Amino acid sequence: MSEIDEGLRSELQRQGIWVTSMQELYNWGRKNSIWPLQFGLACCAIEMIATAASRYDIARFGGEVFRPSPRQADLMIVAGTVTKKMAPQVVRLYNQMPDPKYVISMGACAISGGPFKTGYNVLKGIDRYIPVDVYIPGCPPRPEALLHAFMELQRKIDSQKLTGSEKATHLDSTQPSEFPVPSFGAHDLEPPANPDVFQPPKIERT
Amino acid sequence: MESLEQIKARAEAAVPGAKIDIVANPGPSQQSSLLIDNEHAVAVAKLLRDDPALRFDFCSNVTGVDWLDRTVKKTVKVKKVVDGVEKDVDETTEEKLPGYLEAVYHFYSMTHKHGPVIIRMRTADRADGARLSSLTPIYRSAEFQEREIFDLYGVRFDGHPDLRRILMWDEFVDYPMRKDYREPDDYEYEPTPHDDVLEKAKQHYSPRPQLDGAENITAQQQ
Amino acid sequence: MSATIQTLEPAAEQPTRLPPQMTSRLDGELLEVSMGPQHPSTHGVFRMNVALEGEIVRKLKPVFGYLHRNHEKIGENTSYLGSMPYTDRLDYFCSMTNNWAYALSVEKLAGIEVPERAEYLRVILAELTRLQNHASLLGFLLSDMGAWGTPLMYAFREREKILDLFESLSGSRMMCDYMRFGGCRVDAGVDWMKLAKKIVDFFPRFLDEFENLIVENEILIARTQEVGKLSAELAINAGITGPMLRACGVNYDIRKVDGYGFYPRFKFRVPLGEHGDTYDRLMMRVLEMRESIGILKQAFEQIPAGPVMNPKVKIRAFRPPVGEAYGRIEGPKGELGFYLISDGGTNPYRYRVRPPSFINLTVLEDLCLGHTVADVMVILGSVDIVMGEVDR
Ligand code: SF4
Repeated sequence: MSEIDEGLRSELQRQGIWVTSMQELYNWGRKNSIWPLQFGLACCAIEMIATAASRYDIARFGGEVFRPSPRQADLMIVAGTVTKKMAPQVVRLYNQMPDPKYVISMGACAISGGPFKTGYNVLKGIDRYIPVDVYIPGCPPRPEALLHAFMELQRKIDSQKLTGSEKATHLDSTQPSEFPVPSFGAHDLEPPANPDVFQPPKIERT
Repeated sequence: MESLEQIKARAEAAVPGAKIDIVANPGPSQQSSLLIDNEHAVAVAKLLRDDPALRFDFCSNVTGVDWLDRTVKKTVKVKKVVDGVEKDVDETTEEKLPGYLEAVYHFYSMTHKHGPVIIRMRTADRADGARLSSLTPIYRSAEFQEREIFDLYGVRFDGHPDLRRILMWDEFVDYPMRKDYREPDDYEYEPTPHDDVLEKAKQHYSPRPQLDGAENITAQQQ
Repeated sequence: MSATIQTLEPAAEQPTRLPPQMTSRLDGELLEVSMGPQHPSTHGVFRMNVALEGEIVRKLKPVFGYLHRNHEKIGENTSYLGSMPYTDRLDYFCSMTNNWAYALSVEKLAGIEVPERAEYLRVILAELTRLQNHASLLGFLLSDMGAWGTPLMYAFREREKILDLFESLSGSRMMCDYMRFGGCRVDAGVDWMKLAKKIVDFFPRFLDEFENLIVENEILIARTQEVGKLSAELAINAGITGPMLRACGVNYDIRKVDGYGFYPRFKFRVPLGEHGDTYDRLMMRVLEMRESIGILKQAFEQIPAGPVMNPKVKIRAFRPPVGEAYGRIEGPKGELGFYLISDGGTNPYRYRVRPPSFINLTVLEDLCLGHTVADVMVILGSVDIVMGEVDR
């Protein structure tokens, strides 16, 4: 399972022997069969559908199997504005997904509230409640941008370690895989953000 | 289509006791409206819908509007004796006009293909229990829109079959579309706020000014 | 989906055309199912609380607000021009028609004239929008019905071509932000017109192919005819507009009634349905696309040269006079209106959107009662909703 010496590997390959490691094989399988959750929130979801449809064809990257059920999905593409009324449901869906699971935050809205940032019912970024792996800016991001994010995610999966102190979080039993679901309060969601996941950004001003 | 005056006369003749005023629209769109008192609104709406000459059978749009309390300054010239001499003195009186919540309905006729006729109803005040009578029994299309006004403005519609919050969650207590609603202060501000956003940003960062560099927030250089 | 068993008042007997074993009752017990907000065919974050007796829907209450983005509140705190990009995000399939409805209302509010070429461009773009909206609607509807994939792929292939046109004109595929008060932002060049003509000329071939595949398809007919019938009286009273209204046989098309833009100059027919069922609603879209193609062809021939923007309009620090205006257009989904109240300032005092798909949902319960759960999805699909507009 340990790292293979690159020189040795290419030497062996020239002899017709293909060597790999458990970790590489495992990650190779995972990164080429990411099943996203079929779940759209707003305008960005239409671009997500366009990515899956005829012209952009996400199937080229092994991601066309959109699952309607969170129990079968590896990836949650948060595509669109997360409203405060919807946020508990999004967190619950995330909790229902089995490990390992990844989140792509697609579009300005899912990152920070985007154009609707000043709205009273708009959550200012899904990263207030769940950890996000890849952010894509844009309003809406073009399908190419989603494909790029998908490839970034594949790169991330490829570099995850199975053992050692830097092993992937889903293999670390001390790391949480579920996060508390916020509840509806009288004026706002309670709590307004999960402090374990989210810290308000410190702004450097000069 | 009949003019608004004719419609008004027709409605007043058919619904005895109805108080109807014409609210003039000074703008170029020339869409003036009828202000109808709360008790007779249902009867007037029924007339508008069923009268064979009018047949406003399609209620297109229902809007809630919040009008805040206003103070109107009036300057009157008063004759006063100042130092033994009679003089004209300007005297300003402040008049407080109470605010109200308003529901505006746009009616069209699908039978005669004319319209719109606009009617308005006003609540007595802006208190939480402000009431209007619901036109849902006459026009089904008002059902969700009146619920929306109840949700966002807090107007109770008497006679509505199912008056619940529609867009916000049930535990929510505020009426967010009112002009004096303050949304939760839960977002970060851009580095170069200006005008009223600058004020808001300063307030937002005041509990931890050094941490957020809020002491350095200044208005954008022109 | 979460489910709880509750004993409810059994609703009045509804006529069904299903075999008796499917309508048998569970000892008078109703099963309450919450469909959505995450559901593969609710077209976004729509939710319905459904009470079922066996397979049959006995009660259905829509739940809104999962995409309530405070559009109207933000509109009151933004300048008139600043709201234009927000209108793109209302019904995100049809940003061009949303722009037009808003521009029309502001033009009414401030009494602004629009140059001739701009009006023609608006008609062209609105009809292109109608084409792509109806095409993708058919794709979605068929995939709700189980034709998973293929029709949607066909529809999106055509949609992408039209989006390319939008992109080369306005710079964005979906959020075009193209119209301004008193005209359009940029002019369309000769090349653009040529390309648009080519795409429009090609479109009937797609339609023929599509129609061949679906119109006489036995499964489609079985799933849609006599399903979700709506009477003309109820439709009028409930404020239903757009293709859904015309499927009930009511001749009311705002393009004809109000004659806004230059629509009176074009020859086109208004397709009308007879039964008001799902099949009619579906066919209404196909027929409307054919009429749109006719309008587009006439517009390409008639469009004059000239400016696309009224030079007298002050776009920045725009302050319309005190007053109010309600402007409406025939959007692809129905009557899309904006009601604006101006107090003379730079921001509207009240900014209200009349969302067609929200009001068209008023009758959803009436349409679905007595049908099976599987039909609910088909009926909902034929209403043609977009949550950005429903919840705003
Ligand atoms: S980022 Fe833009 S396109 Fe995406 S959901 Fe938000 S408003 Fe819509």
